[in-house]
Amino acid sequence: MNATPPGLNEVLQRTFSFPKRHFLSSTDLNEVEVENLLDLADGFVSLNRQTSKKLDLLKGRTLMNLFFENSTRTQSSFELAGKRLGADVVNMSPRSSSIAKGETLIDTAVTLNAMQPDLLVVRHSSSGAASLLSQKVSCSVINAGDGQHEHPTQALLDALSMRRAFGRIAGLKVAICGDVAHSRVARSNLALLQMLGAEVRLVGPPTLMPPQADRWNVAIFHDMREGVAGCDVVMMLRLQLERMDGVMAPSQREYFRFFGLDREKLAFAAPHVRVMHPGPMNRGVEIDSDVADDLSVSLIQDQVEMGVAARMAVLTSLAARLENDR
Amino acid sequence: MSSRPIAFANVRLVDPASGYDGPGGVIVTEGVIADVVKGADLGSLSKDVEVIDGKGALLLPGLVDIRVKTGEPGTETKETLKSAALAAAAGGVTSIVVQPDTHPTIDEPSVVDFILRRARDIELVKVYPAGAATKGAEGQRMAEIGLMAEAGCVYVTDADRPIVDSKVLRRVLAYAKAFGVLVAHRPADPWLSAGAAASEGEFASRMGLPSVPAIAEKIMLERDLALVELTGAPFLVDQLTTADAIESFRRARDRGLPVTATTSINHLSFNEIDIGDYRTFCKVDPPLRSEDDRQAVIEAVASGLISVVVSAHAPAPAEDKRLPYDEAAPGAVGLQTLLPALLTFHHEGRIPLIDLIRAVTCAPADLLGLASGRLAKGAPADLVLCDLNAPLIIDADKLVSKSKNSPFDGRRLQGKVLRTVVDGRTVFSA
Repeated sequence: MNATPPGLNEVLQRTFSFPKRHFLSSTDLNEVEVENLLDLADGFVSLNRQTSKKLDLLKGRTLMNLFFENSTRTQSSFELAGKRLGADVVNMSPRSSSIAKGETLIDTAVTLNAMQPDLLVVRHSSSGAASLLSQKVSCSVINAGDGQHEHPTQALLDALSMRRAFGRIAGLKVAICGDVAHSRVARSNLALLQMLGAEVRLVGPPTLMPPQADRWNVAIFHDMREGVAGCDVVMMLRLQLERMDGVMAPSQREYFRFFGLDREKLAFAAPHVRVMHPGPMNRGVEIDSDVADDLSVSLIQDQVEMGVAARMAVLTSLAARLENDR
Repeated sequence: MSSRPIAFANVRLVDPASGYDGPGGVIVTEGVIADVVKGADLGSLSKDVEVIDGKGALLLPGLVDIRVKTGEPGTETKETLKSAALAAAAGGVTSIVVQPDTHPTIDEPSVVDFILRRARDIELVKVYPAGAATKGAEGQRMAEIGLMAEAGCVYVTDADRPIVDSKVLRRVLAYAKAFGVLVAHRPADPWLSAGAAASEGEFASRMGLPSVPAIAEKIMLERDLALVELTGAPFLVDQLTTADAIESFRRARDRGLPVTATTSINHLSFNEIDIGDYRTFCKVDPPLRSEDDRQAVIEAVASGLISVVVSAHAPAPAEDKRLPYDEAAPGAVGLQTLLPALLTFHHEGRIPLIDLIRAVTCAPADLLGLASGRLAKGAPADLVLCDLNAPLIIDADKLVSKSKNSPFDGRRLQGKVLRTVVDGRTVFSA
C-alpha cells in the first residue's frame, strides 16, 4: 500500500457509509452525503498531486465504462479515477462496436452485467437511460450523463471546485448561463447548489430556457449583464452548434454578442468572480478565449482536475457499499 | 346459437338510453333482448328459461369502445384481432372499432372486408373497422371513403396522424358528408408536437424530456372546427385532453356545429406526474397532461360535453416499451381495465354511474348508428354483468392482451366483470 496523505487518511477513517447503491441524480442526494463526498474528494485531490497516485481501495473490482455517446474527457476521467483506486477498468463504446447493433439498451446492459462488473458508468443520449439500466443490472450504476436530465458527477466536481475556490458554497451567487433547456449539467448543478445553499440564477435567451423553470425557485434573466450582476460564479454551458443558425438562436455571432461571456459582460459580476465551463468549449460562441484562458478568473482547468477526484470519491463510496452487500 | 331463452334476474339495471337505474331483469331470446323488466319481480317465466341470478350485481349494456388498435393485419406480435377480442370480452366490452393504421392500412374496401370476416370467424365480440380518411393514412389523397362505408366501415380517421394539409381535410369532410360518413381527427399541431415525449411543463423540464405545449391541441382543433363550420360535415374530435381545447370545443358546440368529442380513460385517470421515474407504460399519445387539464377533462365528461370515453387500447410489446422514455413506443392497453377504471369516478362521487355508463354504451353506439349499447326490447343481447364494488388490483402480466403495457399496473380499482354476453352468447365469465 502506498502512503496516503494525512488528509485523505483522516477522511477515509471516518465511518461514513454512503447509503445508496447507484449514483443517478443530484436530487437523490442529501446535504450530508454531498458534504461527505466533497470531503473525500478533497483528500483525493491531494493524492492526485503526489508522484505516487495509486491506492488499492477498489482492488479486485471491475469498473465498466459504457458510453453510448462519445465523450473523451468524462470517460478518461472515470477511467483514471478507477485505475488510481486499483480497479480493473474496461471501456465499452457500443456506438462503434457491434454490441448495440439490433440490441436494445437493456439487452446490452444485461449482456455486460453477466460479465460481473461491480461499477457500471453509463452515458446515453436519452433522459432516464441510467435509471432504466439500474433497474435491470445487479451492479452499481453511475450516471455519467443521461440525455437532458442529469450529470451528477459533474455537479459534484463543480461544487468541489467552488468550495475550494471560495471556502464555502452556502450564500454564493451562481449564474448558470446559456443553453439551460438542453443541459443536464445545468439541472444537476441547480439541484446540488440549491441544496448546499447557493443562490442560483439562470441566464439565456427564452428559446434556451426550460419551460416553467421559474417554478424551480430561481431567478431567470434574458439579459446577460443583469443576470451576472454581482455573481460570485459565472457558469457557462456548452452550446450545441446545430442549435444555432436560426433554430434556437439566429446566428453564432448574434448569440456571442448577447450571451457570450466576454470581459465586458463579466465586469458586471462581483470583483472576485470565477468562471466555470464543463467543456468542451466553443470559443467565440459562448465564451471568449480571453476570459477562458485567464487563470485569475477561470476555474475551467481546476474543474477537470476536480473531476477525477470527485469521481474517485463516488466510486469509493459506492464500492464500500458493495462490500456490505456481499 | 342457443335457442334456449335466458333470464337475468335479481340485477340492478343501468340503462342510460332510457335513463333507468334500478332493480329489474332482462330476458334474452335468439340473441336479442326479448323483454326488459323494470322492477324487482320478473313475473312467471316458462320452464325452459335458463335463469341467471345476478345476486344484485349490475347489468349494463355491453360497452362500445370506438378507439381500439390491434396488430392485425401486419404486426400480430403486438395483438391479434382474437387476443384483442378476448381482452374486450374480459373487460365487458362487446363492440370495438379498430383503427385503420395497420399494415396494410385499412384504406380500401377489401381490407375492411378482411377485418369483418376475421371478426365473424373469431365469434367473440363485435368488431367494426374504421377506415383511413386518406390513402395510407398519409394525409395526402382521399381514401375510398364511399366504398369502405359500403363495405362496413363505421367512420374514417387517420388515427394518430393529424391531416396537416387543410385542403385535404376540407375535401375529406365535404366528401364524407355526402356519404353520411363521420370523420374523426386527432387535434395535434404537428410542428409543436414533433419529437415530443411528454407535455410541456415543470415536470418534463425537470426530467429533461422533449415536450409539447398543451396549446398544440387547441391550435389544430380550432382549424378543424373552422373547416367543420365551412363544410357542415359531422366531425368527431379524437381525444380531447386539455382545458384550452375543451373550451374551444364548448364554443363550437354552443354555435351548433355537428361535433362530438371523445377522451381516453388514460387522460381521465393519470397526469404527467404518473410518469414518475420514466415509466414508459405511461407514455401515451397524446401525452399525459397536467392535473389541471385532467380535472378539466373529468368535468367535461361529467357535464356531457365530452360524450364518449374510449380505452385508446394500443398494445406495445415489452421490446417496444423497455427502452429509454423518448425512444419507447407510445400507447397503453385498456380494453380490460376500461370499465373498472371508469367506475372510479362513481366510487369517488365525481360522476353519476348512469352518466359514466352512457359514455361507453349508447353515446358511442348512437354516434355510429349501432343498435347495441342499450337495454331495450329488440336490441342485440350485448350485456355485461358486473360487481360494482368488488375490489381488484390490476396485474399487467395477467391481462389477456398479448401486450401487457398497462399504466394501471398495480392500481387498486373497484368493479369486476362477472359475465359478458354478445348476441345472447356468453363470451366471458369470471
